[in-house]
Amino acid sequence: MSEKGISTLGREGLILRLKEAQSKFGYVPQEVMAELAQSLEIPINEVYGVASFYSFLSTRPLGRNVIRICRSLPCYLKGAQTVIEAVEKELGIKPGETTPDGRFSFQLANCIGLCDQAPAMLINQDAHVELTPEKITQILRMYK
Amino acid sequence: MSEIRLIINGIKVKANRGATVLEAAQAAGIYIPTLCADPDLEPYGSCRLCVVEIEGMRGLPTACTTPATDNMVVHTETPAVNEVRRTVIDLLIADHPMDCLTCRKNQQCELQKVAAYLGITERRFPRTNRSFPVDTTNPFFDLDRNYCILCAKCVRTCHEVTGVGAIDLAYRGYTAKVATFGDKPFMESICKSCGECVVRCPVAALVPKETRQPTREVLTTCPYCGVGCQMYLGIRDGEIISVRGDRDNQVNMGRLCVKGRFGATEFIHHPERLSSPLVRRNGEFAEVSWEEALDEVAARLRRYQPEEIAILSSAKCTNEENYLLQKLGRAVLGTHNIDHCARLCHSPSVAGLATTFGSGAMTNSIGDIKDAACIFAIGTNTTEAHPVIGFEMKKAVRRGTKLIVANPREIELVRHADIWLRQRPGSDVALLMGMCRVIVDEGLFDAAFIAERCENFDALKSSLQAFDLDFVSRITGVPQEQIVAAARLYATSRPAAIFYAMGITQHSHGTDNVIATANLAMLTGNVGKPGSGINPLRGQNNVQGACDMGALPNVYPGYQAVTSEAVKEKFEAGWGCSLPPTKPGLAVTDVFEAAYNGQIKAMYIMGENPILSEPQAKHAEEALRRLEFLVVQDIFLSETARLAHIVLPGVTFAEKDGTFTNTERRVQRVRRAIAPIGNAKPDWWIICQIGKKMGSQGFNFAGPSQIMDEIARLTPSYGGISYRRLEKGGLQWPCPTKEHPGTPILHTQAFTRGKGQFMPLEFKPSMELPDDEYPLLLTTGRSLFHFHTGTMSRKVKGLNVFRGEELVEINPQDAEALGIADGDTVKVVSRRGEVTAKARLTQASPVGVVFMTFHFAESPTNQLTNPALDPVARIPELKVCAVRVEKNGSSG
Repeated sequence: MSEKGISTLGREGLILRLKEAQSKFGYVPQEVMAELAQSLEIPINEVYGVASFYSFLSTRPLGRNVIRICRSLPCYLKGAQTVIEAVEKELGIKPGETTPDGRFSFQLANCIGLCDQAPAMLINQDAHVELTPEKITQILRMYK
Repeated sequence: MSEIRLIINGIKVKANRGATVLEAAQAAGIYIPTLCADPDLEPYGSCRLCVVEIEGMRGLPTACTTPATDNMVVHTETPAVNEVRRTVIDLLIADHPMDCLTCRKNQQCELQKVAAYLGITERRFPRTNRSFPVDTTNPFFDLDRNYCILCAKCVRTCHEVTGVGAIDLAYRGYTAKVATFGDKPFMESICKSCGECVVRCPVAALVPKETRQPTREVLTTCPYCGVGCQMYLGIRDGEIISVRGDRDNQVNMGRLCVKGRFGATEFIHHPERLSSPLVRRNGEFAEVSWEEALDEVAARLRRYQPEEIAILSSAKCTNEENYLLQKLGRAVLGTHNIDHCARLCHSPSVAGLATTFGSGAMTNSIGDIKDAACIFAIGTNTTEAHPVIGFEMKKAVRRGTKLIVANPREIELVRHADIWLRQRPGSDVALLMGMCRVIVDEGLFDAAFIAERCENFDALKSSLQAFDLDFVSRITGVPQEQIVAAARLYATSRPAAIFYAMGITQHSHGTDNVIATANLAMLTGNVGKPGSGINPLRGQNNVQGACDMGALPNVYPGYQAVTSEAVKEKFEAGWGCSLPPTKPGLAVTDVFEAAYNGQIKAMYIMGENPILSEPQAKHAEEALRRLEFLVVQDIFLSETARLAHIVLPGVTFAEKDGTFTNTERRVQRVRRAIAPIGNAKPDWWIICQIGKKMGSQGFNFAGPSQIMDEIARLTPSYGGISYRRLEKGGLQWPCPTKEHPGTPILHTQAFTRGKGQFMPLEFKPSMELPDDEYPLLLTTGRSLFHFHTGTMSRKVKGLNVFRGEELVEINPQDAEALGIADGDTVKVVSRRGEVTAKARLTQASPVGVVFMTFHFAESPTNQLTNPALDPVARIPELKVCAVRVEKNGSSG
């Protein structure tokens, strides 16, 4: 959508501000999206569209630790599915869910750029690579 | 616009420079499949169906995003192109429900059409499943995402066409979907339910709840506001079942609002429609024959002297009907006591613009909005009261037009504004004159225009001395720098257009307010040019026409003064009768006083509901009760009709022929779509019968077309208008001759009065301001979902879902001080009455100001309002009065 005038200026600042909110609150609360829409002078729904598009931005509250396992092709070929199942078994939740104690949220992500060390996952900012189902219990124990 | 030539599929084709390849092909009648292109939307290129081959160009460009150029050679049907198209459709139908036969969009579906065109007969890719719940919360349409093909037409429409932005594409990849903010149901979003997205959805994702297809359609004019949108009524078996906007006209170009699209049919077939004449016998209404009712009306009207009779005509009825009713008043009953609700809306526009310009109507056209470099919207909540003009304004802003909004309330337009001036209600003269002062002081005025086209500039300049920024800022509550910024932006953006509505006129100094806008426009040379002007937005579908037709106490049709002996003689000759003396009759606001005092004994009210619309409504109601004889002609037994002695059932816009004149002076056809319901009769027919029964020869008309011919003979500005010409589309008056094309812009060469006249002004406060006893200021207005006193819109169930009751909008700070929470029932009390309604806490209302509409008979807001009149226009001060708000149960 080509635009002239105010809107274009506002839109440029959007992702940065959403990332700030994500790191401050652990997710992007609706009140923050409303404030952003007002201050950047863009429709509130566009803020929502962007916030919901990026998997590293969340529009819902998440657990204290966020697990992101890659579901792209290289990881898949190297057995990511077994790792995913191991996490499910360990935590008792499916991708997209959060443990009842709020300790972990579990998500699947598209390529996280670690194909050379597949299968890989991120927990918060930490990369864990060359995973096997056996490694999972120990890794998860590091996060409280 | 220059033309280019290109070759498409070996055919030589002409196109306008700037057209896309798709537009060039469509103009030449060459079909290129597409699912995401729309003439109203910017090119998007998402569906990839319109791919073509262009010689000399690499790959397969999309026709919708590729500009056509001279000598371009395009092939739209090569094997490569069609293979890509088939794959696109294969992918789309991989997760599309294939239940075409039972689908609500069957045979209306664009996907179905394209698939058929490409000869697709099987699903090549294995079925993938989606299963979204259907959002059925909106009363008029559903969103079923299982059918969605993610073309984003709806999203783009909501941004580009309506400027609302209620939906967007959210999430990504397989999970991508159309969503409201927070992925909530439609009814919890900011969606205004205009249905523009529904119209453009190519599949069954966004579908109206009513899916029956009409067997025939009739083009007519929307019966709600003054925009005058052209729409097709769809008829099936005598019932109007659908409405769609007409894309081929300059007024709305297909767009409609929630009332027009979804609220213009239900009241037509409503069971409470009056279907037989009613006569009050022993206090009860009895159904009687037309013959009996009309005889009794004629006999009883005959008993009164001209000065004892008053007529209320109707801005909801056609030009022809207003013309006939004022003719009945003047030629048969012998009185100029005829008026209508324009008294309560734009009488100051007529008076103020007549003084300054010489004629009181919108100077420019709706189509001009896009040409304005700056729009100054003061005292108009355009997106609620004139939604399609609101669409046009927001679209202009998207394309770079500057917007200044002056409004005490934080209305939707504020979100789109460059500058928002939040003036105190009633301080507009100070604000406008303050802006004039800045423009004069800084030398930003158009000296050449003033010298050549205007007079009395020195008088204006000296009166501006009183409006220094200190004073203006103190009176208006607007910071000085904002006043300066607005003045500069308005004066330096050429052309600049002023839009206003009731926020300017409904004051005891309404005429001064209008004059102030005219001063500002003349000062900057913003009159008589495209994209400029003074644009009073008329409220009712035909309030412009009712004024034009002389349903006013001081003028015959075409604003020919009753005080002129020559005019009187002209109409005596034209109508073949003698006419009342050259003294104006009573304005409606004075009529109620006269009825209260017993001077007016009989009234004829057509299609108006003054019990809800008059200020100090209790008093107006008592005045009507004191009448010896009241005739009401209406489609429903309105609050006013309940007081009548005789009720005559008229018909809706869908059951008669006629014309409405919209806010931009465009005379447009209203066409009969169905026969009158029950025993109701067209209003023009009823008036003709009464005229004939009272012995007049001037009411022998075969139909509205003949009436218009008589109007044209006697009304210079309508002189060239005839039904034959209107078949080709509306005509904007003045249209003096059969050859005249109509007048989109007034005052282009000279003002109607010759020179534009600057008028010195002084600031006058509103008549009743808050004090210790009544500490809050009440201002009134409208909701998007209802119209006027709700006689029509409140009969529509879906509109009541959006807004079913009055809400007293109050600032949280005021509410807290009064111990009021959101949703509490409160009592609003003024010196004239009290009204109960629910409170809505909102920052949209400034501190110290409460806001109510007047749509709801259960909470008759006008029992509170102040009948103080503008001395010139006789309009009451509906926008400002003092009230106190009490939590229900407490004594305050």
